[in-house]
Amino acid sequence: MRGLFLFAAVLLIFTANSNSVKAFEPDEILDDPALEARAREISKEVRCLVCQNEPIDSSNADLAKELRIVVRERLVAGDSDDDVKSYLSARYGDFVLFRPPFNTATFLLWFGPLLVFSVGGVGLIFFYRGNKNLKVVKPLSLEEEARFNQLLDEDKKTKSSDSGETS
Amino acid sequence: MNKKILFTLPLLITLVLFGYFFWALTKPGRDPKILPSVLIDKPAPEFNLTALENLGVPGFSRADLTSNGKVSVVNIFASWCVPCLAEHPDMVKLGKRDDINLYGINYRDKPEDALNWLNRNGNPYHRVGRDPKSRTGIDWGVYGVPETFIVDATGTIRYKHVGPLNPGDLDNKILPIIDNLQAQK
Repeated sequence: MRGLFLFAAVLLIFTANSNSVKAFEPDEILDDPALEARAREISKEVRCLVCQNEPIDSSNADLAKELRIVVRERLVAGDSDDDVKSYLSARYGDFVLFRPPFNTATFLLWFGPLLVFSVGGVGLIFFYRGNKNLKVVKPLSLEEEARFNQLLDEDKKTKSSDSGETS
Repeated sequence: MNKKILFTLPLLITLVLFGYFFWALTKPGRDPKILPSVLIDKPAPEFNLTALENLGVPGFSRADLTSNGKVSVVNIFASWCVPCLAEHPDMVKLGKRDDINLYGINYRDKPEDALNWLNRNGNPYHRVGRDPKSRTGIDWGVYGVPETFIVDATGTIRYKHVGPLNPGDLDNKILPIIDNLQAQK
């Protein structure tokens, strides 16, 4: 019974915590549910500049709150989602967006892995092309196999007789 | 022989990359919290800030950055910001110069607190504008106080310093940039 109470208490603490993660406050919520939903989506993609690893959606920093309001104001003014994001990145740089946009500064970030992969691939092709005389392993012929087994047997016999002598 | 060198090539590339990453992560002065401003060499944003009442200096707008042909230092400060107090002596030094504008943006502050703070520590600013909801701060890309911007006489942002001016920053960073901009005129 005590264990059950403890479990319930722990559960309560955890659910209470998960509620407090939602940092947005009632006074920020827009009347239009569609706009509000877009605002929430954008807020999850925007970095809080104060905490830096938290989206403004779940941050309690004053600046995050103000940015949430700014996001909503831009949406009400008729901005598209991309407009809102570029409004913020014009002020704070691409760092404010969790998803780095594709541009000249970030193309290496996007294409770097592909680049490394293709260099490796080309390297592999050249490696195998350059080894045309690479010895292909042929399976043993019947005679070879018989001889091989014979050798193995002999080896076993000598080994077992060795161990027999010592023990 | 040739082939052996080729075999070690991937390892070499990896080592060079690792070396670069190690250097980039450990180089002195690296602070991942400091972001490069995208506003450098861009015109300062439009704004119009009201004065702090009873302080005795006017508020200011973007027009005041370009009206008198002087280089402007724009400092973001608040009474609740402890590092602002640490850099305050440097602001006092800058405020004594009459060949530059020293403007203060009072960031997310209560007017009475800001007034008390300035009266207690001295007001170095030639103009102080109130930004209670940090809207102007957001337009300037401010994410922490204090921040210090240097704006040339044409209203273009030329430099941004995030955090307090540490000992030496004024002499080694801020003043040379001001001198440089004044010499360009």
